[in-house]
Amino acid sequence: MLTTTLILGLVLGGTYALLALGLTLQYGIARIMNLAYGELTLISAFVVVAFFQGMGLSPLLSLPAVAVAGYALGWTLYQIMMRPLVARSGGGGRLEVDSILATFGLLFLIQGGLLVLFGANFTSISYLDRGVSILGVSVALNRLIAFGICIVAGAALVIALRTTTWGLKMRAVALTPASAPLVGIDVNRIARQGFALGSALAATAGASISMYQTFSATGGVVFTMKALVIVIMGGVGNVPGALAAGFALGLLETFVATAIDPGLTLAATFAIFLLVLLWRPQGLFGGRS
Amino acid sequence: MIRILLPLIGLGLLALGPMVVSDYGLGLLIGAATYVTLASAWALFSGQTHYISLATVAFYGTGAYTVAVLNEALPYGAVLICAALIGGAMALVVGLSTLRLRGVYFVIFSFGLAELVRQVITWYEVNVTGTLGRYIFLDITTRQIYWQMLALGAVTIALTAWINRSRLGLALRVIGDDETVATHSGINLARVKLVAFVLSAVILTLAGAITSPRYVYVEPAIVFNPTVSFLTVIMALLGGANRLWGPALGAVPLFLVFEWLSSNFPDTYPIFLGLLFIGVVFLVPNGLISSAESLVSRKKEAGR
Repeated sequence: MLTTTLILGLVLGGTYALLALGLTLQYGIARIMNLAYGELTLISAFVVVAFFQGMGLSPLLSLPAVAVAGYALGWTLYQIMMRPLVARSGGGGRLEVDSILATFGLLFLIQGGLLVLFGANFTSISYLDRGVSILGVSVALNRLIAFGICIVAGAALVIALRTTTWGLKMRAVALTPASAPLVGIDVNRIARQGFALGSALAATAGASISMYQTFSATGGVVFTMKALVIVIMGGVGNVPGALAAGFALGLLETFVATAIDPGLTLAATFAIFLLVLLWRPQGLFGGRS
Repeated sequence: MIRILLPLIGLGLLALGPMVVSDYGLGLLIGAATYVTLASAWALFSGQTHYISLATVAFYGTGAYTVAVLNEALPYGAVLICAALIGGAMALVVGLSTLRLRGVYFVIFSFGLAELVRQVITWYEVNVTGTLGRYIFLDITTRQIYWQMLALGAVTIALTAWINRSRLGLALRVIGDDETVATHSGINLARVKLVAFVLSAVILTLAGAITSPRYVYVEPAIVFNPTVSFLTVIMALLGGANRLWGPALGAVPLFLVFEWLSSNFPDTYPIFLGLLFIGVVFLVPNGLISSAESLVSRKKEAGR
């Protein structure tokens, strides 16, 4: 029983960690609080399902394409919508309010589009839905694959941020956007890349969610909410923190769903959020700022 | 004197409205009055402080649901008081835990609050009471609902006007401009924000409670409709959230537009909403009133 919860929780946590990584990049580096993040995830999930049902294309094959498309979409969104807001704010606190409002509008825009295109019904596909035994616990293969994708993408990002020059620039902009230009970093460019990469991660997470979860056009808010809570728990802009917090939330949610009631998982998320806010608002792994 | 007299005359005329309009017209009047109240109450807190609350429907729905649960057990007046107390208590808990921190935490919390309340109520009703979906049978006519809502709206605007002139209003404006300055001026940040947030939440809850008899059948999925939060924010922003009459000015035309859109384009209507919202954020970031003012002053400059 305990092992089951543990393994299923870790597997779910992998997806959450991936979701949160994208958001933490967008908020930490591009300084955009993206309330339409869950909708970006949903777009990718719906596209993957449409490819699978329409052309029999395996989600694993469409995933790289969807991730690239996510990057392009994020790049365009930043260029068209966010850049003017950044320019208007002039580095002041206005950007936070403006980005929240603009992406709140974007949320409804995308949601409306998804409702028109795909309808309001719950969607799911059955792909590689056979059990694999791990330590005596039967886990669906599709969940394991999703878990693998999250581990690979997450680890690649952590290593890239730690070791490459590009990663160094990203971290510089995340830390002090005002001083980064002094050492010759093009903040606008890095912020755009951060936002686009965040969208690519959202798309990847959406593709892996579509393999094993049931979802609907109106469910984006819940994804955004969970990703936000994980980001806060891990400390804003803290990539390893977001990974750890993602796993923690997956475990907690699986525990609540099996031991108490599946209908209360969001309540559990909120309870954790409240605890973190009251106890360590800088995040479980963040230093005091 | 004229600044008090004109609104009073307007209020009197509006109160006579039900005598001349049809039933459909009365429905529109109630809807418009509801959104004027919601947008003004939202702006009471969020307009000055720039703490964007996305939780309007969490309070509105709580109000409506309180009436649905208690309408057979208590007299109507007591039900309204209960609703106000519950809404106030909820705001107190949310405010105490989030308003001491940076604004973004409050926004995130308010973003998921309605969904949280909806899930918890649904869970409670399914597992504990076993009745999902309740009926409201109250002996209240549509006209009475309208008058109550009109009164609540008038009280909200009057309260905002009074707060704007009081120390509380000054403190809120300073907080909105610069929190660091506010702290150094000796303003108790958390308390000022909390007072305004609770006041605003109580009004939102009451608005939900007053309109609830119009639903007749109430279910969490119906009263916790996120579109209400969305509309409230965009209405207040369009008119100008930091002006006394801004939210009301934005609410009336947008309510009519939305009403028309939702009956003529029921499927594509969220797309229009999203586009409109983005348009407001980009084109009239400070609201129509201040845009008009700057246009007028620019004309004057040019005329000189």
